[in-house]
Amino acid sequence: MQRVGVFVCWCGSNIAGTVDVEAVSEALKSEPGVVFSTNYQYMCSQAGQDMIKQAVKEHNLTGIVVCSCSPRMHEATFRKTAAAAGLNPYMVEIANIREQCSWVHKDMLTGTEKAIILGKAAIAKVNLNAPLIPGESPVTKRALVIGGGIAGIQTALDIADAGFPVDIVEKKPTIGGKMAQLDKTFPTLDCAACILTPKMVDVAQNEKIRIFSYSEVTEVSGFVGNFEVTIKKNARYVKEDICTGCGACVEKCPMKRIPNEFNLGMDNRPAIYIPFAQAVPKVATIDPNACNMLKNGKCGVCSKVCAAGAIDYTQKDEYINEKYGAIVVATGFNPISMDKFDEFAYNQSKDVITSLEFERLTNAAGPSAGKLLRPSDGKHPHTIVFVQCVGSRCESCAEKGKEYCSKICCMYTAKHAMLTRDKYPDTEVYVFYIDVRTPGKNFDEFYRRAVEEYGVKYIKGMVGKVVPEGDKLKVQASDLIANKQLHIDADLVVLAAAIEPDKSARPLATMLTASMDTNDFFTEAHPKLRPVESPTAGVFLSGACQGPKDIPETVSQAGAAASKVIGLLAKDKLTGNPCVANSNELMCNGCSSCANVCPYGAITYEDKEFRMPDRTTKIRRVASVNPAVCQGCGACTVACPSGAMDLKGFANLQIMAEVDAICK
Amino acid sequence: MQKITREQLIQKASELLENGTVSAVLGWGIGEFDYDVTPTVFSTVEELKNGFVFNDFCGANFSKYLVKKTDKIEGKILVFLKPCDTYSFNQLLTEHRFDREKVYAVGIPCEGMADIAKVKAISGDGIAAIGSDGDKLVVTTLYADEPVVIAAKDVLAERCINCKSKKHVAYDELMGEEGEVIESNRFDEVARLEAMTADERFAFWQNELSRCIRCNACRDACPACTCEKCVFDNPNSGVENKSPANEFEEKLFHIIRAYHVAGRCTDCGECSRVCPQNIPLHLLNRKFIKDMNDFYGEYQAGAEVGGRAPLVDYTTEDLEPGEVFDRGDNNA
Repeated sequence: MQRVGVFVCWCGSNIAGTVDVEAVSEALKSEPGVVFSTNYQYMCSQAGQDMIKQAVKEHNLTGIVVCSCSPRMHEATFRKTAAAAGLNPYMVEIANIREQCSWVHKDMLTGTEKAIILGKAAIAKVNLNAPLIPGESPVTKRALVIGGGIAGIQTALDIADAGFPVDIVEKKPTIGGKMAQLDKTFPTLDCAACILTPKMVDVAQNEKIRIFSYSEVTEVSGFVGNFEVTIKKNARYVKEDICTGCGACVEKCPMKRIPNEFNLGMDNRPAIYIPFAQAVPKVATIDPNACNMLKNGKCGVCSKVCAAGAIDYTQKDEYINEKYGAIVVATGFNPISMDKFDEFAYNQSKDVITSLEFERLTNAAGPSAGKLLRPSDGKHPHTIVFVQCVGSRCESCAEKGKEYCSKICCMYTAKHAMLTRDKYPDTEVYVFYIDVRTPGKNFDEFYRRAVEEYGVKYIKGMVGKVVPEGDKLKVQASDLIANKQLHIDADLVVLAAAIEPDKSARPLATMLTASMDTNDFFTEAHPKLRPVESPTAGVFLSGACQGPKDIPETVSQAGAAASKVIGLLAKDKLTGNPCVANSNELMCNGCSSCANVCPYGAITYEDKEFRMPDRTTKIRRVASVNPAVCQGCGACTVACPSGAMDLKGFANLQIMAEVDAICK
Repeated sequence: MQKITREQLIQKASELLENGTVSAVLGWGIGEFDYDVTPTVFSTVEELKNGFVFNDFCGANFSKYLVKKTDKIEGKILVFLKPCDTYSFNQLLTEHRFDREKVYAVGIPCEGMADIAKVKAISGDGIAAIGSDGDKLVVTTLYADEPVVIAAKDVLAERCINCKSKKHVAYDELMGEEGEVIESNRFDEVARLEAMTADERFAFWQNELSRCIRCNACRDACPACTCEKCVFDNPNSGVENKSPANEFEEKLFHIIRAYHVAGRCTDCGECSRVCPQNIPLHLLNRKFIKDMNDFYGEYQAGAEVGGRAPLVDYTTEDLEPGEVFDRGDNNA
């Protein structure tokens, strides 16, 4: 029998305000095994911890129950306290009487009753606890960054700067991401390429960084410090190490009418292409869906004009296996599809465009060489209507848009409006908005400049309908402040489309067993205190994959993620979690159910010899768990039909004892 | 009336014994009564001639016996498998429960087996002998002057009326012709239960399960229940050796068992066949099978070795748990 001490925390008034802590510690005194029970204002304080240490000594405690906040907050604290008092740290159980009790109940009576029940459950469990000793595992000193946009680039540079090798996996033929497509950047209006391309070059030149472009992660196994990753390098039909990026093939390719992704389909590219002049790596790629040679073996022009002999039509997808200690997700975002927003006539008129398309139209390397011309007839637009929150903050239209604020649109729309008025003062610019949100250093000043200095007409209200008529776009909108309907004949309508996580994020999250929210943004381990870590150990988050972000925020988060990775890779060994699965070989049927459900591949089978009651021996197939790989999720314990598989620290018996204590 | 005869089976078994292919035969042996056929291991031709039977009461599924018997016998063991038995056979192989190399499986056709409860309902108690005459059963009882003649199709077991397959999914050798997977109405009864209100359904199961005497026959016959140590025999499980002491206990046993075999049950119907209290236990398992088909796509346990078992398999198309909850009868 254990000798259990119960320590009830007031958490100031957080708990004591709704729970009668005196009654709780009194009621728990008479539970089986309890030899000491008390309450105190702040159990996590030094004085509270000393109280626990003293009680362990005085009452020869073998188990400790702390009724306090969530174990996510202070389980580690109290385990250390127990260790300092000479107990095994896993002899501590937390009853969460704050988040699960005082914070959700208003009434003292029910709050106290529930706190007592939760305390009883923890006591029932600690009575069955056994000391556990964690193992150690080595750390592979190499990081993987998935996504080569500004977030991935910054993270990789920072990690490499600390001396650790980094691999970047980018699914596009070049790194650079969305930032490479932008024209100017708010609030300072420096050109995106001017500030991004030096970083891209840094990446290319850094000896610690390898770039796997036109590649994707297909398989992830292992665990923090010891991930094993399979990277699929898609065949680009050009030998990367030989291609000089001269562009002769691009010029001569006869298949010239392929929509150019980099310019969002607003112009064409050949079947063999380099996305943009500053691409890294600057290597040509053949689009297998467009290339005549690959499709029906007729052509071969690029191969003939390539002086370096880099073209290889027989190239196959290549799979690379590499080990990593840490993985950073930097998969970024995309604007949502405008297909469901018929009211804005996006699919009916070429002159209704998204803001990212507007970026390309005004970019010197874009389809119109930086001249703002209407996509339909190449004429200069004289009236431009910008529509904000297209699909953002869409509470009533969740089936086509997003409920969240996309965060960056207010600022880039102000930028677009301002730049238009600056370059083309004869243009009327209207911006329709729900609210203008400009928190951030020098952001509000920037927006006010657009209104006050550049005369952009900001109108609070939404655009109801856009109807193409002749060469005009009839815009029907409401002005909520003047309380009237507006009709504007526009030449160009620009939609600030909501942004969403990249489609590759969801399958990646499954591979990484990293959690996501309902919008497919990666979830952080703690929204305030651990914002760049995923709840899955060893997986870190950088940039817009975690939520909408502008460039300054992305870069600072990228650096933060890098510093977390560096902190991990600097360690030689990691202490494991001893709460892992364990198979009772005598009861194991060898049926493979556990191995089938194990998300970490921690279970293997071996044929073992057993002595039977009749003194014969029998060879049976039994499961065995690799404790370094097991994450203690418990899926196997549920799948095991005989109950041979059990979780240390969360044994079936312990959980049943908790349930029994609650149901009594 | 079965298409294959006792003599044909004895001849086949004798051949395989004599040419050394197998060293033992797992077959149906004479029991106390004509309808009380007992699974038996035969080692010689002599034993086969004296003790082997094959009639409309040979329902026992032998797959499970292979788990223990393959260990005890040197060389191969011959097993006769009806189509439904072959699914259990595959499922046990999937779970690595016996060594395929130690078994010589002979698939035999099946015309459906008789349910003795249905026979007794017509003939009355005190059955002294059951003979057969074409597709009729001739039942002699202690109390009737004349033998009662019953058409075999009138006393077919429920599982045979709703037979899901005449096709053998595993064998080394097949006797007779191969059949087909059948479109059965086996989920009709489940649908009827689903249509009930929660209270009606609770009353139905309370009525059925209250007859349980915890004899463990269902567990012992079930080919999915082959654990080295059953939770109901394990003192550490907290549910061992329970008797049906109260309403909760008597339901708990069957519900735990249904969960344990979920996704692994091939719907062979042995649980209901062996139940001395005639509890329709197969309906619990069928409900699980029906739900799994609905939630994760059609799946037949044991259709192949190493098949995709939906409950221990994950695909991105899987239903979210919330959806399962929403589809359930949560408002009733």
